Amino acid sequence: MGVPIRDFIKLIAEGKPLEAVRRIKEVNSLPAVCGRVCPQEHQCELHCVVNGKREPVSIGALERFAADYELAHDSVALISGNTAPISNGATPSRNGSKPSHDLRDSKADGQKVAVVGTGPASLTVAGDLARLGYQVTLFEALHASGGVLMYGIPEFRLPKTIVAAEIDKLKLQGVELRNNIVIGKTITIDQLMNEMGYGAVFVGSGAGSPKFMGIPGENFKGVYSANEFLTRVNLMRANRFPEYDTPMKMGGRMAVIGAGDTAMDVVRTAIRVGAREASVVYRRSDKEMTARIEDYRDAEEEGAVFEWQTNPVRILGNEDGFVYAMECVRMELGEPDESGRRRPTPIPDSLFIMELDMVVMALGTNANPTVGQSTPGLTTNVAGHIVVDPETGATTRRGVFAGGEVTTGSATVILAAGAGKRAAAAIDEYLRIESRSTTVSAVQ
Amino acid sequence: MARILKKRSLTPITSLFVVESPLIARNAQPGQFVMVRINERGERIPVTFTDYDVGEGTVTVVVQEVGKTTRMFSSLDEGDEILDFVGPLGCPAPLLEQGHVVLLGGGFGAAAILTLARELHSGGVEVSSIVGARSKDLLILDDEVGAVSDHLYVCTDDGSSGFHGFVTTQLKQLIDQGNRFDEAFTIGPVAMMRALAETTRPYGLKTQVSMDPIMVDGTGMCGACRITVDDELRFACVDGPFFDAHKVNFAEAIVRSKMYAEEEQLSLSLDKAGG
Repeated sequence: MGVPIRDFIKLIAEGKPLEAVRRIKEVNSLPAVCGRVCPQEHQCELHCVVNGKREPVSIGALERFAADYELAHDSVALISGNTAPISNGATPSRNGSKPSHDLRDSKADGQKVAVVGTGPASLTVAGDLARLGYQVTLFEALHASGGVLMYGIPEFRLPKTIVAAEIDKLKLQGVELRNNIVIGKTITIDQLMNEMGYGAVFVGSGAGSPKFMGIPGENFKGVYSANEFLTRVNLMRANRFPEYDTPMKMGGRMAVIGAGDTAMDVVRTAIRVGAREASVVYRRSDKEMTARIEDYRDAEEEGAVFEWQTNPVRILGNEDGFVYAMECVRMELGEPDESGRRRPTPIPDSLFIMELDMVVMALGTNANPTVGQSTPGLTTNVAGHIVVDPETGATTRRGVFAGGEVTTGSATVILAAGAGKRAAAAIDEYLRIESRSTTVSAVQ
Repeated sequence: MARILKKRSLTPITSLFVVESPLIARNAQPGQFVMVRINERGERIPVTFTDYDVGEGTVTVVVQEVGKTTRMFSSLDEGDEILDFVGPLGCPAPLLEQGHVVLLGGGFGAAAILTLARELHSGGVEVSSIVGARSKDLLILDDEVGAVSDHLYVCTDDGSSGFHGFVTTQLKQLIDQGNRFDEAFTIGPVAMMRALAETTRPYGLKTQVSMDPIMVDGTGMCGACRITVDDELRFACVDGPFFDAHKVNFAEAIVRSKMYAEEEQLSLSLDKAGG
């Protein structure tokens, strides 16, 4: 990621949290979010130089502290929107990045950029471009802004006031928010660029439809995708039915399939909304699980039961079509596969039944097809993800950039935010060259 | 927010709303739908639109009161605003460009076939429309549908108007009388669509149904609307809503549609007690 970890920790140690957060924001615009939700033990604490000698430095917690300090104390920065030095470089040097242009840039002024989606990649792009003087519009399909930060990640892990603060900051910077608009449906990319005057578009519309296992019984009532389960609770407040109108079956025995961050969010949410028993079923072991260690420990402490090396083979339903059980097989782990993790294979004669009222599939997502299908000239790969230059986020369509899960599939907030950072710099550069060539051709 | 410009009561439980929504109207195509949320505590429901007018910048929907949300929708008046009104969603109906198409609309679905009829009719395709209701006073938009159809057949379950029987029985009679259709399209209650699939299967008449399962986001994110078509998992909101009727697993779709029957009943009774 290139977050200047040593620098920002030194600044905190010197009692300068505001300077620390500014330093972080040269590379990561969403430290209050990332400090809470990103898997630091894989992404940075694993590589910590003191790791092995003793516990690694709690980089995530320090990042969160600095960011929260800013949210609580730096009202001037919030109002001016100028919370970070201007930087269009993706990789600032150790000596600090050199601002390449002023805050109010006459060339950028008034140029319109459309940003599709309001998740971490999009919020980063919008913030960076607004700071450079671009007129940015954020388009969101749902009624609430924040993307996965709102509908996906639960309140107990990421308070929605943090997301709201990030969005309020963008509004103060002059970013326009337009909700209930599905780009590719309500408005196409062509219409944005050819009729509505947007010089460039960033697509950060996130992942697509949820994956299921393809085992018998997955359409029984009580089988949910993690996306649906989390959306019903986080966005629609199904846990407060009938005060809120969106219902959900709660209170019984449940299992989530998978052991990533999303699976931990699901199981911990299920416990909070009253599940009588909550299990995590994963075909590999705790060594291969991709969830943050902290969330895993929290889930265990909160009462989740972990069924490691266990794979569902079918879901059983009663005559009314409701789930009542899941048949599973125990797995053993062989040699590492292409992902580097040990390959699970079923142990003969190990079938057993788990009695359940709810099964939630947290297996990741497929590609999001909406923008790709409706945009001529935009190439997607075999998996359906938008093809981009990883350095710039440039797509095969001129003036259209993309980043985050719409280009990679399931990933993390920090990776999406990083892609947004690089794309914002590339969009700025693209529009600069464009406006120059327009001026030249106008003179000719 | 989308403002209601016009409201027309069609039957005691069915109302038509003309909603100001220029962006949706502009890109709308026959057979698509909108996601609607009435207020801050409301749920999101899909509604197939009945009509749209690019010039006026309006989208028309017909709402039949079945539960709390449709009841709240129906209580809105001209000038009121709908909190969230999102679309056009789903794929357009895959309409033929020539030949003879029969459209079937039962209940609130009679309104929803209007855009299909108009599109086909204006493209020179021969259109036969069969609309039905339990009785004469529950028939909706039959005049409007008739105006853009070459042939209009009206059916009532009690025989109070037109053909005495179901729309599917009327279709079977028409086929048996020698009428030749190239394709059938239907929008309506899932039980009626299943009945149509079984009516046309023996004749080998290609039949498309507009599936209307429970949805949450309506944009392909949540997977609530999954149905089985030809033994494959499909999402009605982004892969549909139209599917080959002879390949849809209706038994499963009907069971899934009743997932929250209990909760819907509770919501409705609380709403009635409160209202």
